[in-house]
Amino acid sequence: MIRVVLPVPLRIVARIDGGEVELDVGGAVTLRSVLDALEARYPVLCGTVRDHVTRRRRDFVRFYACEEDLSHASPDAPLPEAVASGAEPLLIVGATAGG
Amino acid sequence: MSSVRVLVGTRKGAFILTADGKRDRWEVSGPHFAGWEVYHVKGSPVDVDRIYASQSSGWFGQLIQRSDDGGKSWEPVGNEFTYGDVPGTHQWYDGTPHPWEFKRVWHLEPSLTDPDTVYAGVEDAALFRTTDGGKCWEELSGLREHETGSRWAPGAGGMCLHTIIVDPSDPRRLFVAISSAGAFRTDDGGATWRPINRGLRSEYIPDPYAEVGHCVHRLAMHPSRPNVLFMQKHWDVMRTDDGGDSWHEISGNLPTDFGFAIDVHAHEPDTVYVIPIKSDSEHYVPDGKLRVFRSRTGGNDWEPLGKGLPQSNCYVNVLRDAMAVDRLDECGIYFGTTGGQVYASADAGESWMPLVRDLPAVLSVEVQTLP
Repeated sequence: MIRVVLPVPLRIVARIDGGEVELDVGGAVTLRSVLDALEARYPVLCGTVRDHVTRRRRDFVRFYACEEDLSHASPDAPLPEAVASGAEPLLIVGATAGG
Repeated sequence: MSSVRVLVGTRKGAFILTADGKRDRWEVSGPHFAGWEVYHVKGSPVDVDRIYASQSSGWFGQLIQRSDDGGKSWEPVGNEFTYGDVPGTHQWYDGTPHPWEFKRVWHLEPSLTDPDTVYAGVEDAALFRTTDGGKCWEELSGLREHETGSRWAPGAGGMCLHTIIVDPSDPRRLFVAISSAGAFRTDDGGATWRPINRGLRSEYIPDPYAEVGHCVHRLAMHPSRPNVLFMQKHWDVMRTDDGGDSWHEISGNLPTDFGFAIDVHAHEPDTVYVIPIKSDSEHYVPDGKLRVFRSRTGGNDWEPLGKGLPQSNCYVNVLRDAMAVDRLDECGIYFGTTGGQVYASADAGESWMPLVRDLPAVLSVEVQTLP
């Protein structure tokens, strides 16, 4: 299972109790596949992390994992093995800027 | 006994204030959507329990919330505002062409007849509509297709469509206003539009009498007289008696004719309220005095109303969507400030009282008159 940590405002919107979401991601574990799975489980999050149409990350949302900033990585690049194995979570973070 | 529900949008959430018809004791609920900007909250005129809210943030974008129980509980509905296939660009601050980009919903205008139909005015300026209670939003792209669209430009607050008025005598006729493009009208349900800015004079644009480019801050209409509109422009308070075909100035003896909010008494179509703001660089009330000005003659002759409002050391602003009226026999007037106060008058403006004093900056105020 892929572990994802969402920022508090989105946990409230999606009515997620607890700190992490566990997602079953079939196939390659990439930012795109994880976000697809997240939005499929919680449709209310569509448009809040990435744009509805372009699928690009919103400007003030960041992706961290294993102490790396993956925000500028290709959405189709494999995520670190520790994320794919569930050892480490993917952190979706509201940047300390933006409003 | 009738009661009222005041829907307040702020920089950090929404609040709902309720009182019985006396309007002297208020209960406050909220913050709803805490921490998010709530540009507008408005109820359906045909189902008072149906309320829509625009919730947005710089981080996570736009959400639309819907309540079916008068604001006790909320469910997020559709938040996809994808522009129709209209080619072209609008004008950016530096004069260069700029593609249309959705930023947020400024204003939600529920239909006068169907609780599932709502119009949404958005930034960058466009008009959307849902007919399924907010699940899906479709652009009425005829507005942006107007030949002047490429010349529209944002004001300091962005290029927002902030005012939507549906003609109660003809649902195919709508009025909208855009900062800073001007006012527009459709007579065919939104398929085609025309600018209605004749008579406006704006010194801050190259041609003061241009067809578009005017920074219209707000329009107001009394439902019994749909051809009469009142306008608070960037500078100047204006009036039309022919559905926007021509405008004339009614600023009269106002201490300043800059401002944002304007509204009409619920039962007296010639009684108009504005809140003058000192200037476009000093976004606060003149002389440190918070005063509403009322004209009972449809403009030009204005009287200050300040009883119960701070009359010294007050430097707040009242934004364009932050004044509303109820429909009780003695018309109530309500407005919210950037200082977080919401004031109300239960006697058409003669006297005022604060309902709350310390909210986040108020972006919008709407009122529901409940049976």
